[in-house]
Amino acid sequence: MADSGAAGNGFLGPVAGAGHVRAWLFSTDHKRIGLLYLTCILVMFVVGVLLGLAIRLELIAPGETIMGAQTYNAVFTLHGVVMIFLVVIPSIPAAFGNIILPLHIGAEDVAFPRLNNFSWWLYVIGACIAVSALFTGDGPPDTGWTFYVPFSAVTTTNVGLAVTAVFILGFSSILTGLNFIVTIHRLRAPGMGWGRLPLFVWTLYATAWIQVLATPILGITALLIVAERVLGMGIFDPARGGDPILYQHLFWIYSHPAVYIMILPAMGVVSEIIPVFSRKRIFGYGTIAASSLAIAFAGSLVWAHHMFTSGMSDTAVLVFSLLTFVVAIPSAVKVFNWVATLYKGAIRLEPPLTFALCFVFLFCVGGLTGLVLGSAGTDVHVHDTYFVVGHFHYVIFGGTGFGLFGAMHYWFPKIFGRMYDRRRANASALILAVGLNVLYFPMLILGLQGMPRRYYDYLPQYTDMHVVSTVGSWIVAVGLALMFWNLWRGLRAGQRVGANPWGAATLEWTLSSPPPHHNFAREPVVTAGPYEFAEVRLDDA
Amino acid sequence: MTHEVQPDYIGAKMGMWLFLFTEILLFGGLFVLFAVHLSRYPAGFHAGSATLSVPFGSANTVVLITSSLTMALAVTAVQRGERRRTLALLGATVGLAGVFLINKFFEWSAKFQHGIYPGSEHMLEMEKGQAAFYAMYYAMTGLHGLHVVIGMCVIAWVMGLVAAGRVHRDRFVTLENAGLYWHLVDLVWIYLFPLFYLVT
Ligand code: HEM
Ligand SMILES: [Cu+2]
Repeated sequence: MADSGAAGNGFLGPVAGAGHVRAWLFSTDHKRIGLLYLTCILVMFVVGVLLGLAIRLELIAPGETIMGAQTYNAVFTLHGVVMIFLVVIPSIPAAFGNIILPLHIGAEDVAFPRLNNFSWWLYVIGACIAVSALFTGDGPPDTGWTFYVPFSAVTTTNVGLAVTAVFILGFSSILTGLNFIVTIHRLRAPGMGWGRLPLFVWTLYATAWIQVLATPILGITALLIVAERVLGMGIFDPARGGDPILYQHLFWIYSHPAVYIMILPAMGVVSEIIPVFSRKRIFGYGTIAASSLAIAFAGSLVWAHHMFTSGMSDTAVLVFSLLTFVVAIPSAVKVFNWVATLYKGAIRLEPPLTFALCFVFLFCVGGLTGLVLGSAGTDVHVHDTYFVVGHFHYVIFGGTGFGLFGAMHYWFPKIFGRMYDRRRANASALILAVGLNVLYFPMLILGLQGMPRRYYDYLPQYTDMHVVSTVGSWIVAVGLALMFWNLWRGLRAGQRVGANPWGAATLEWTLSSPPPHHNFAREPVVTAGPYEFAEVRLDDA
Repeated sequence: MTHEVQPDYIGAKMGMWLFLFTEILLFGGLFVLFAVHLSRYPAGFHAGSATLSVPFGSANTVVLITSSLTMALAVTAVQRGERRRTLALLGATVGLAGVFLINKFFEWSAKFQHGIYPGSEHMLEMEKGQAAFYAMYYAMTGLHGLHVVIGMCVIAWVMGLVAAGRVHRDRFVTLENAGLYWHLVDLVWIYLFPLFYLVT
């Protein structure tokens, strides 16, 4: 990078009077913090993927294949904890939210830059503790990522450490959300009214509220598990007047809204990408913005659909089933808006759009299977089977994952000032999408046939589908390898690009690529909406 | 740059209020558990509550409310630019918090002496409702006590800032936010006190 000189390197270039590593690790620049997050998240993602591949390999045949039962329990627990708490929850908001949000609204930074750096450190500490839970104490945790009591209260494995990590990560997530809310309220550039916020900002706003309002419940749940284990508190122990079902309520009051922390920002990314590559104003700006808030609100009321079979009253089951269907409405509204935007657009199938289209398809599969789970009658049949595993991987990997990859390809030229190989990027998207279906569709079938989740062994009649699924996991691995390699090549030696290679209309594209240290030299005055392409000039090198 | 020199007062307050929300929700989880347990075991909770010392609890309530007062006075003092008085009032707040903790220590030790603490033999043999009561008691007053300790650290830190002249009459939002935090700690106790000591 030395060849390009400091000026051309924007915020990536050296800071006057500071050591290089220090200037990164203690940076208060939102762009640098976002990149730090992205790096850590991608490292953890690779760890999670390797654990996932190990799970699939173990399941390629009945009986023991590559690991024992106890190891298997630890591996799927760690896979879940790493993927949920260290990858998908922080993924888009902490990485791209940090990098893009201030640029999107014409601000110099987030509202609390030092707090921002602090929350990154909390993330790092949480990640270190979570990983060290693997190697210390009496063996890695084996409870599954949900830490259900009573098992989590009595198992001798390292649950305490893992739960502490979750608590710290939750704190980091709260601080990020809080920072974003204040930023969006206080730091919008003149002319950037609520009706002119890019949709990505709207989804971050809704997400931030969920982070602030739901995560404390996770915090208290985590503290109570520690209290159960260390002090024998008995709050969830029926022998001492406690109740394990209460644990499930507390856990899902956070963790269901958390799935919207995972998916909303991805929807925001897709809402940014689709208009740019159809060169058309987004269809129904208001409904997309409102549906983000509606998802956040309604999504907070449906937690008990994870507990239909746990012995709630029939009335409760009915109510939660109904509410679950209500959440599907705003999600569907978004899908209709995206499709309507594409309709008769001037479509350019660049990699970000490919990822966005795959997102829409995969998210639809995930959402529809969600409805199967959300109606109590069918859920009783498929609860805790591979159907659930298939469902949430379609939404999390197909949704959040593809949203993240789409964001990586969309903002790559802005962040690094270089371009990756576009044909190869498109190919990697397609390989990934195919692999994902080969990997997870068999799980839906397995679930309908009655294969329970979290089992280390299975009856021989399930073998065929498991083999297909495992082969799918290899295709996915190939797609990921190709994608990361391509991005890495682009980062090192990609062609240089100008300020606005995609011809997008949001504010970040008016800055040089990469953007300078202090964003806007003069505070921008916003006079047009984020999807008015008429005046936009393409600047591709 | 700009906001280093002139901090965004409204933004800082907004951030603090949001944070206080999260604290309320953190305790909220426990309040929900308390409600469920209370409705399930009214008799056990009644009996458990009768064993707590109302004088102790009342004394602590008075101590905390007084500390809220000294905190509020400290905010006024800093706004008037009276640095010595600000420091004295903050010192008094930390001192009162210490009294609260000492009081709590004696109260808990008395219970421990009777073998009532989480995980003890005695708790295992206890009637379920009463066991649930004590579990909630230790969980909620324990978490509250932890917040008292955190609050003391925060106030001590702000005292350092005041002494160093970094918090003063034109720039006091840090102190004000610390005050808000302390009032929250006080407020939570004001709910805990009747729930545990006076439900009988
Ligand atoms: C939007 C993104 C979504 C994500 C990230 C997501 C994620 C998940 C996850 C991780 C689980 C498994 C929980 C566990 O480990 O037990 C799950 C289960 C479930 N999901 Fe979703 N989900 C999403 C959307 C939906 C939608 C739209 C619906 C319904 C309309 C839905 C309904 C359900 C139900 C009912 C279950 C429980 C199944 C059972 O255990 O019986 N989900 N989801
Ligand atoms: Cu859910």
